[in-house]
Amino acid sequence: MSKTSLSQSKPDNLPKPKINWAKVEEAERFAEMVKLFRQGKINRDDFRRFRLQNGAYGSRMTDDYSMIRIKIPAGEVYPEQLEKIAELSESFSIGNAHVSTRQNFQLHWVALEDVSEVMRGLSEVGLTSREACGNSIRNVMCSPLAGICPDEIFDPTPYAIATARFLLRNPMNQSLPRKFKINFTCCEKHGMARIADIGLIPYKVEVNGKLQNGFKIFLGGGLGAQSFVAHQLEEFTPEEDLLYTIISVVRVYDRMGNRENMARNRMRYLVNEIGWEKFQNIVLKERAVVRATQSVVIKLEVDKTPEVLRKVSISSELPSHPQGFSRWIKSNVMKQKQPGYSVAFLTLESGDVTANQLRVIADLARDFSAEGRIRNGFAQDIVFRWVRDEDLPKLYAGLLEVGLANPGSLTMASVIGCSGTTSCNLALTNSHRLAKEVQRKFLELKLDEDDDLRSSTIKISGCPNSCGQHEIATIGFYGGGGRLGKDMYPLYTMQLGGRADEKAMLGLTCMKVPAKRVMPTILKIVEIFKSEKRDGETLDSWVHRVIDGNGGPNVKSLNDIKESLKSAVVAPTIDQDKDFYVDYGNDGSYHARTGRGECAA
Amino acid sequence: MCCLSKEKTARITTDADTLRSEIRDKSIKVLDIRKEEDYKQGHIPEAINFPLSNLLADDSPDKVLQYTQSFGIEDETSVVVYDDTFGALASRVAWTLQYIGHEDVSLLDITYGAWRRLGLETSIEMPSLNKKTHSLKLQPQILAAADYLMPAKEKGAVLVDNRERLNFLEHHIPGAINIPYRMLGSHQNILRPKEELKRLIQNRNISTGSEVITYCGSVGTLSGLGYYALKSIGLDNVKLYVRSFKEWKSLDKPIEKQSDANYWDLSAE
Ligand code: SF4
Repeated sequence: MSKTSLSQSKPDNLPKPKINWAKVEEAERFAEMVKLFRQGKINRDDFRRFRLQNGAYGSRMTDDYSMIRIKIPAGEVYPEQLEKIAELSESFSIGNAHVSTRQNFQLHWVALEDVSEVMRGLSEVGLTSREACGNSIRNVMCSPLAGICPDEIFDPTPYAIATARFLLRNPMNQSLPRKFKINFTCCEKHGMARIADIGLIPYKVEVNGKLQNGFKIFLGGGLGAQSFVAHQLEEFTPEEDLLYTIISVVRVYDRMGNRENMARNRMRYLVNEIGWEKFQNIVLKERAVVRATQSVVIKLEVDKTPEVLRKVSISSELPSHPQGFSRWIKSNVMKQKQPGYSVAFLTLESGDVTANQLRVIADLARDFSAEGRIRNGFAQDIVFRWVRDEDLPKLYAGLLEVGLANPGSLTMASVIGCSGTTSCNLALTNSHRLAKEVQRKFLELKLDEDDDLRSSTIKISGCPNSCGQHEIATIGFYGGGGRLGKDMYPLYTMQLGGRADEKAMLGLTCMKVPAKRVMPTILKIVEIFKSEKRDGETLDSWVHRVIDGNGGPNVKSLNDIKESLKSAVVAPTIDQDKDFYVDYGNDGSYHARTGRGECAA
Repeated sequence: MCCLSKEKTARITTDADTLRSEIRDKSIKVLDIRKEEDYKQGHIPEAINFPLSNLLADDSPDKVLQYTQSFGIEDETSVVVYDDTFGALASRVAWTLQYIGHEDVSLLDITYGAWRRLGLETSIEMPSLNKKTHSLKLQPQILAAADYLMPAKEKGAVLVDNRERLNFLEHHIPGAINIPYRMLGSHQNILRPKEELKRLIQNRNISTGSEVITYCGSVGTLSGLGYYALKSIGLDNVKLYVRSFKEWKSLDKPIEKQSDANYWDLSAE
């Protein structure tokens, strides 16, 4: 070993991760369990349960490789953590990491024998994959705009972190009927409060003449083969009741949830079966019991120490604006509520990011974010916050160098695609690649610059399971297989009009669209919209008008949309068009093949 | 515990401090495996340029012997090899010298790039060369040929593919396991600390007594590094399938792959 070592100069006022989520013993235990499993001393099902509890999914068609899901509570990632993830992905994965729709980082195709090494590496920077999969409480999400959103009432981040801390490794959460998701958002507009098991939005009310912090809490929402929009538990839940409410809901679900039927055991089915009012009553009763018996024992440790922001480099010379800068500013950057600061979103393709790019992101966070870290967003993206307005050109230039300066992030060009056939066992189509293709096309046609489209979304799942969140998209797709005679081709079902804001609703099924016709179909919808729209109308509002049957002049209803698209989706014979029968990313003909489901966005 | 003299002949890597003092003592020959134009811009003092392409143009034992002698390397000369490619090219050269019977050859434990980042001395002078004689004692026990692989596997040998994961998934020799070359090095050194390498091997249930054959894409560089990684943690019976997967495919031998998955599309490049 060399005695001399490489030294790196880094600014010394960098914030360090506040919480160590890791336990290195869990890595050691995992390595032991893999050996026992390989020697046939533990059966497949027991091992599988153990593996999932520790955040490792089986990969498509093989258990010899895993997808490791790294939990990122509230989406906050520090530069040294990014660098570690980069290193681990180069050593043990495929040199790429993947940002999920739930703010996790995922490493794909890791040999089962190396999972413990990845866990060990993660523990060096305080990260864990524990309870990232399996029947437990998953990564606690928090809006990437929390703390900087102009519309928020207060910053929910400390509550999200405290909740994650309370629940991680807590026995109450180790064998739930199924997975359980908690989302904190900043305001009604930005977030996913209504499509989680528990969704929370900060809220303030006046109690005895004093303003009191609390939340609007939504229960029983979620996307899946059958999706539901959540119900609000009560007008206002004061902050003191936050933890008791969470505990009560988890307990009720644990006790009453369906453990028999794998397909119907998420909490939303329970709510649906017994009815909202009854469920609400049970939860409120349970909470009274929890409050009475446990209030002295437990409380949420919310760290409210205000953060000291660093002084970041203030650009001295004003560089001439690099090419594409103004387009990027328009489609990727928002003003924070704090004057002088902006938040910049990175446009990734289906959430994929290379190890090298992660390292550059780490450096740029050090140089340009006053909070010295990044957040993973809700849309398979990465977010730089607390960037001084005058530093934006430099940040852009840094991103440009490594291919991360694509425009379109806050527009319809930011397409979501789950992992699909790239790694998921249940996938029927390559939704991951299709999302990339659609995004590239949108950018090529500069559709990100079209203000009419900006508020709309496209989201694509590789099967009906909704990891790609197709049901809350303006235009959503989920994968399946189609057949003409004996020839199979990749096919999507298209849904229109989904949204996750205060008017949350799930998209309505419109029609089936072959994979190779998805692109022209989307463009055709845009074309119809342009000819039908009223003054100032956006695509998503037009879609709603049509869905409600108030369309016109020519396209009046969902059925009319269908009629105008019909000719574009007819299947040619295999002799007429061979490519039609091949999915994206394949060279051979298409077969729908699936393995045992563990489900992975 | 092994005795000191054995330790000396079994030296797999040499650290920068040791190399610097050996260069001062003139007790060593240093080979730089980078391209000639890179070498000319600066190299470790006293290093002789031996671009990998020269070796690959003809790696027959006679030709390698000629090179060795022209560099002034005798049977007992200590040789240290380095490159700027994770140590993979250096490994291929070191292995070749060992194959023709030169025992005392080791890898610089960092790359030339790391050497420079440490601020260590470099030179643009070319050392003068005096031809010496070297004997030829082939070491067939460290070489594997295509026909050797399957029978050896039948008898329990472990086949290790050192290419990147995506290449491995796409196609590999049947029954091989994948240890991508990126797994072998650390941030600073061309090989990880021994305890870590040992863990990686133990996790795969490979014992130090096992016969292991490494291979990679085409010319035995990445798998050369794999070879030395395994040697460094005490595996004695390691062989390099030096013609690697390129030859295997050209011979139309059976190939295994991970089918029905579009893993390439996960790449952000
Ligand atoms: S299970 Fe989830 S990740 Fe897999 S294809 Fe279906 S929606 Fe996509």
